[in-house]
Amino acid sequence: MIPPTFEYLRPESLGEALRMLPDAGEDAKVLAGGQSLMPLLRLRLAYPDTLVDLDRVAALREIRDDGDALVVGATATHHQVMNDPLVRRFAPLVAAATATVADPAVRHRGTFGGSLAHADPAGDLPAVALALDAVMLARSASGGDREIPARDFFVDWMTTALEPDELLTGVRLPKAGPGWGFHYEKFHRTAQAWAIVGVACAVRRVQGAVEDVRIGLTNMGSVPVRASAVEERLGGNALSDGALREASELAAEDTAPPADLHGSAEYRSHLARVLTRRALGAATAR
Amino acid sequence: MTEIGRARLRSEDARLVTGRTRWTDNLTPAGTLHVAYLRSPHAHARIDRVDVEAAKGRPNVVAVLSGADLAAEQGALPCAWQVTEDMRLPAHPPMAVDEVRYAGEPVACVVARDRYSAVDALEDIDVDYTPLPVVVDMERAVQDGADLVHGDMGTNESYTWVFEQGDMDAAMRDAPVLLERRFVQQRLIPTAMEPRAVLCEPDGEDFTLHSATQIPHILRLMLSVVTEIPEHRIRVVAPDVGGGFGSKLQVYGEEVLALLLARRLGRPVKWTESRSEGNMAVHHGRDQIQRVALAADRDGRVRGLKVELLADMGAYLMLVTPGVPLLGAFMFPGIYKMDAYSFSCTGVFTNKTPTDAYRGAGRPEATFAIERLMDDLAAELGVDPIEVRRRNWITHEEFPYDSIAGLTYDTGNYEAATDKALALFGYDELRAEQDERRERRDPVQLGIGVSTYTEMCGLAPSRVLGSLAYGAGGWEHASVRVLPSGKVEVVTGSSAHGQGHETAWAQIASDRLGVPFEDVKVLHGDTAVAPKGMDTYGSRSLAVGGVALFRACDKVVEKARTIAAHLLEASEDDLEFGGGRFSVKGVEEAGLTIQEVTQAAFAAHNLPDGVEPSLDSDVTHDPENFSFPHGTHLCAVEVDTETGFTKIREYVAVDDVGTVVNPMIVEGQVHGGLAQGIAQALYEEAVYDADGNLTTTTMADYLLPSAADLPTFTTDRTETPAAGNPLGVKGVGEAGTIASTPAVVNAIVDALRPFGVRDVPMPCTPERVWTALREGGAR
Repeated sequence: MIPPTFEYLRPESLGEALRMLPDAGEDAKVLAGGQSLMPLLRLRLAYPDTLVDLDRVAALREIRDDGDALVVGATATHHQVMNDPLVRRFAPLVAAATATVADPAVRHRGTFGGSLAHADPAGDLPAVALALDAVMLARSASGGDREIPARDFFVDWMTTALEPDELLTGVRLPKAGPGWGFHYEKFHRTAQAWAIVGVACAVRRVQGAVEDVRIGLTNMGSVPVRASAVEERLGGNALSDGALREASELAAEDTAPPADLHGSAEYRSHLARVLTRRALGAATAR
Repeated sequence: MTEIGRARLRSEDARLVTGRTRWTDNLTPAGTLHVAYLRSPHAHARIDRVDVEAAKGRPNVVAVLSGADLAAEQGALPCAWQVTEDMRLPAHPPMAVDEVRYAGEPVACVVARDRYSAVDALEDIDVDYTPLPVVVDMERAVQDGADLVHGDMGTNESYTWVFEQGDMDAAMRDAPVLLERRFVQQRLIPTAMEPRAVLCEPDGEDFTLHSATQIPHILRLMLSVVTEIPEHRIRVVAPDVGGGFGSKLQVYGEEVLALLLARRLGRPVKWTESRSEGNMAVHHGRDQIQRVALAADRDGRVRGLKVELLADMGAYLMLVTPGVPLLGAFMFPGIYKMDAYSFSCTGVFTNKTPTDAYRGAGRPEATFAIERLMDDLAAELGVDPIEVRRRNWITHEEFPYDSIAGLTYDTGNYEAATDKALALFGYDELRAEQDERRERRDPVQLGIGVSTYTEMCGLAPSRVLGSLAYGAGGWEHASVRVLPSGKVEVVTGSSAHGQGHETAWAQIASDRLGVPFEDVKVLHGDTAVAPKGMDTYGSRSLAVGGVALFRACDKVVEKARTIAAHLLEASEDDLEFGGGRFSVKGVEEAGLTIQEVTQAAFAAHNLPDGVEPSLDSDVTHDPENFSFPHGTHLCAVEVDTETGFTKIREYVAVDDVGTVVNPMIVEGQVHGGLAQGIAQALYEEAVYDADGNLTTTTMADYLLPSAADLPTFTTDRTETPAAGNPLGVKGVGEAGTIASTPAVVNAIVDALRPFGVRDVPMPCTPERVWTALREGGAR
């Protein structure tokens, strides 16, 4: 790899990292594993002045129990997340979706928070964060702590609500309780390829009726989006095959899917409908 | 246990898979300078000005040169295959001077003390271009008034090559069945695991050039021709090379320029490409538009086959560019008998990366067309696709058989391979499941595809190459040296780039000489060590180079026999040789091992009159015929009609590659070949936009399958020895690639025929399958 020249900073603690960030300036990038940043550097699509490498900030790797939620540290690797007993028990959607990210080598370097802060709408985890109503935990040296709900976090293509001097330190995931079902349906051409479309869904049923439903769509716009029309159609109603099928037809409403080598916008819209039906079916099968 | 036929683990693998070896990029002599190339962002443009001054001022930069700076010495890259007398062959400078004709063509280079400085300095080179009209589409390129790739040529056509046999008019006239199809062989990027790399070290008037090449011998000669540096002043080394698939059967501009830069600067220079650079600048493969017509009787008997090709040459003709589609000319009839066959191919220039040999080289394209047609013929007649093939193929009693394309197929048994494949596949059960899924309108439909292929390997009889106006012969060389201690060195002119020669050649020598496998060392890939050779491509190594070694071993044994007879005071005719020992017939205790004979030959104290000291031999083997592997591949796919996704459910490959030296190596070749052939069917495509920009420059866009995407292959063999060589071997490097592409596409089309689908263009992406279903249903 022959990237452009950059300054390299490697803080040993969160405090040191937070102090370094404002000095590093607007053209600094945080390196949280490198799953996406390294290819951008290699292809010279990114020219950061400075890289702040979080690799040595051990505290950011922790995954801990926080009462009715889990807190996943921003630099917990995908490998760590998908094998973590707490995640597997209380956030099975995260474990399942993470297992589809890239390949084993990348999953040992790439991180949970890195993937969310990168905010690629084709990434799997942003849609999962939406479906789970996750809360992003941000911290800066000047402004202290801030909590940003997932639905407010992804503001534009590869752009988040984080300020330049702010670090994503972790993500709070509500624990799955009784009645909840989850599924991530990823459609891609090869195991290591990006999702052409992905559908993350979380459904809670009470006595057969849909009490809560949240659906996050991967790669159906410049940001990860919720399939709101489907959610509204299903909410409060009894779940039947027919209702599910009918609601899924609304999956592409209010989306603006991209067109590229792997799929036209029209095909993506079609996939969103088929995959939403399948994801909801799988999430409610048990 | 005999060594030939033994499934040995490959002795070279430990160093290859750990990378602790001589990959070219691992070699960095003291004082090495690093080269980086600035490449054209335009598919077609005039170069008005190249300003290198700012780049020269960058830290650690030693030299910055444009094509104009090298114009006087860089010559033109060679094309060794003048396929017709009037073939148009444009000059191809290693570095563009006044015009660029494909995106990725080198226009300038930086030489610096380290690679980072070299790449950084590229950004300071300023080039003024005037864009010129871009030619992307072959069918438009051959129309009157088309924009031109080479303005001074007046046309985009390089050549038209024609072959005709039999009475085509009679075959086509009133044919009860006439199938006319247009198939597109999409452009592929070979994607060897090791990118290209070259290192050139000057030493006075001499140069040693290491390159990740398949062809050290041909490269040495061609470098000499292009640069006018005398051949004996150039040594070419192909150290360990990590794959090629034909892409390193080439004389690349970067190789020529390494030599010129080393001469100019007097220091070692090295260049290693990045993957994205390689996707643009390594020659591509395939890229044909095939118009085919097959005439048949109502009973399914094929009467005639007409083939018209447009073959995309890209912007220039490289080493064997124009000949690649013509290798297919001999294979379109496949394993079938017919009354008439005609073939014509027009080579077309476009503003794209040049094409050249890629695994199979002409034969996969041909096999695809005929095997797709045979499945379509079966569907047209309502006959099972296996049955329609049975009615047309050459039966095993008919060998040797003169094919309508002018080849003599020496041996084969298509019936045996097919019967074995059908049994392994569970053909009848899968057909029953297919019916059942159709019956209940399962969203996931099952399809079964057949491919009964043959191919030509063992390139090649030199006289045949001569008749095709190819620039060289097709022989191969081997030397065997029995060292004084009884150990053996084998030198082969065929150098491996992943094939496992070091294991297979040692097995042959061990078997023939009766020495332990571990006592044999195989040397290759260095023109100073293995001075004679025609290198590695076209599944030729074993069938030509292996046979050369086989004969060289026997020559050593014959010399040893003469010496042993003398020492044992026996007649040569009375000596038996087995297990590495000569013994006198009937007198078991009277004998000498080959090691003992070697010591005597080395000491030379007591040799028969006229026998020279030492035990060694040289053989240059020129084959009398090609070899013709064949086989039957069966593929079952599950096609999700809602999403268009294709999953391969079962894949059975029964191949007949003749005698097998190492079954494990053969199986590995088949697996890799299948992966690449399946990849053409489902995944890979080099895509250019309307401006001639390659949009698949990374592996995120140019999709390669991994093990996770492929089924567990069921492989087996029949063994019909080749008649044309004493080992009975045929070649296996390309068989899997040639056979599998049509098997997969046939299976997809078979799944979708009830929906009105007759074809899906490659690669059969989910969206293309979905589109075909919508269009089929609308009909």
